[in-house]
Amino acid sequence: MELIVEGILTALKLIVSLDSEVVAITLLSLKISCSATLISLLIGIPAGSLLALAEFPGRRLIISLVNTGMGLPPVVVGLFVTIFLWRNGPLGFLEILYTPLAMIAAQAVIATPIVTGITNAAIQSLPANLKLQVLALGATRCQMVWILVREARLPLLAAVMAGFGGVISEVGASIMVGGNIKGQTRVLTTATVMETGKGNFDVAIALSILLLLLAFGVNYALTVIQQRERPR
Amino acid sequence: MKKICAVVLLLSLLLVSSALAGPASIILATTTSTQDSGLLDLLIPLFEKQSGYQVKTIAVGSGQAMKMGEKGEADLLLVHSPEAEKKFMAAGFGVSRRLVMHNDFIIIGPAADPAGIKGTNALEAIKRIAGKGALFASRGDNSGTHAKEKTLWKAAGITPDGQKWYQQTGLGMGQTLNVAAEKKGYTLTDRATYLALKKNLGLAILAEGDAKLLNVYHVIELNRSTWPKINAAGGKALADFMVDPKTQQLIGRYGVEKFGAPLFFPDAGKNPAALGL
Repeated sequence: MELIVEGILTALKLIVSLDSEVVAITLLSLKISCSATLISLLIGIPAGSLLALAEFPGRRLIISLVNTGMGLPPVVVGLFVTIFLWRNGPLGFLEILYTPLAMIAAQAVIATPIVTGITNAAIQSLPANLKLQVLALGATRCQMVWILVREARLPLLAAVMAGFGGVISEVGASIMVGGNIKGQTRVLTTATVMETGKGNFDVAIALSILLLLLAFGVNYALTVIQQRERPR
Repeated sequence: MKKICAVVLLLSLLLVSSALAGPASIILATTTSTQDSGLLDLLIPLFEKQSGYQVKTIAVGSGQAMKMGEKGEADLLLVHSPEAEKKFMAAGFGVSRRLVMHNDFIIIGPAADPAGIKGTNALEAIKRIAGKGALFASRGDNSGTHAKEKTLWKAAGITPDGQKWYQQTGLGMGQTLNVAAEKKGYTLTDRATYLALKKNLGLAILAEGDAKLLNVYHVIELNRSTWPKINAAGGKALADFMVDPKTQQLIGRYGVEKFGAPLFFPDAGKNPAALGL
């Protein structure tokens, strides 16, 4: 009990005093996970729309694979990204292992199936006649897709939240491809693991609280946007 | 929405450019004890300021660190698994291996000491733990500490694997200490990590001071002829820094203020025989 109180006090102290290391770690977490989510949106929304609207052989198989990928274990992603990015691995020439870029890449791999899967479900759940109606009114195929995506924007914001929530909270991939290097690739989750290992439970609790606040803040902002346009 | 996207995109671009324009970097593969004890947090920033290199410290077990060295995925090793290191050098993976420092391993456990090992030597202690079937938390991760533990079991003629009282955590030293503390078990640890974590553990030192429990750290520079991508110059610069008299002085003083005793004893340039190796 004493430890929990101490942890919360330490957290408040670290937050109020704007401890420069903690601020840097928090900003880095935000930067990496936002970039990864953005990449996953750029890939996942078109891919999910395609899966929802196009007819082609193997479509069901791909959707099943994407749905499985929504639960992709971060450590598995971390392991494979690490092996690929090793100096002497197939992508070693990029020289990005143990940098924030490698972490963005790994997190994007984790978030993309989530965004793709939710986009697919969101677009499929639109009324079937909508597509025909839009086409009948003379829209081109591109315009039709754009209108459907806009129509599904509320569930799509849920995709953004799920993707971001998945990557800001994962530690397995980040610690493997980032290495938890002080001042370079140390983010809130990996720092929490390390401080726990060091026995600094108060600092670990403080970092966890910051992580929760950060996740809450981003999700709150997205929810406000989502609920502002709630259909009446 | 578009504005947010633009800002995020800009940020990612900034991130890309800063990552690409970074100074030459050195990957130091080392053990968890050097990081968990806080020693590297003191030394690495000093080196970075002096040399202009950027150091990427990857704290894993000695076993994994040497594997990274074998595959050319590190530029310098700071490890404590002497038997495995000798094999590593004999196989030609390393070009130079230098003594840096030592401290010692200790066997710790609950103060009540159910197996009655207090004051015995290392082999007698683990024989009694096995005899009583008292819980022993092993690292189980091929780290230097795990390697030391295995040589002790071998010397005592005991096969602990698969025994109910023998639990392998597969975690770093700090976390394994927490497991041992929580389960009121015995474990083998390096003294530095123990001292750094002591305040939360409630575990007491029960066997220490045995020559078999010496814990020696070496830096190993890696063989560039097998893996041309190794930053050999950077690795050498960091190795030279570790054995530099000024750094050695800092190592010898580290922990005195906080724990009342040094965590490591500097050894650079000493004859290994003087340590009984």
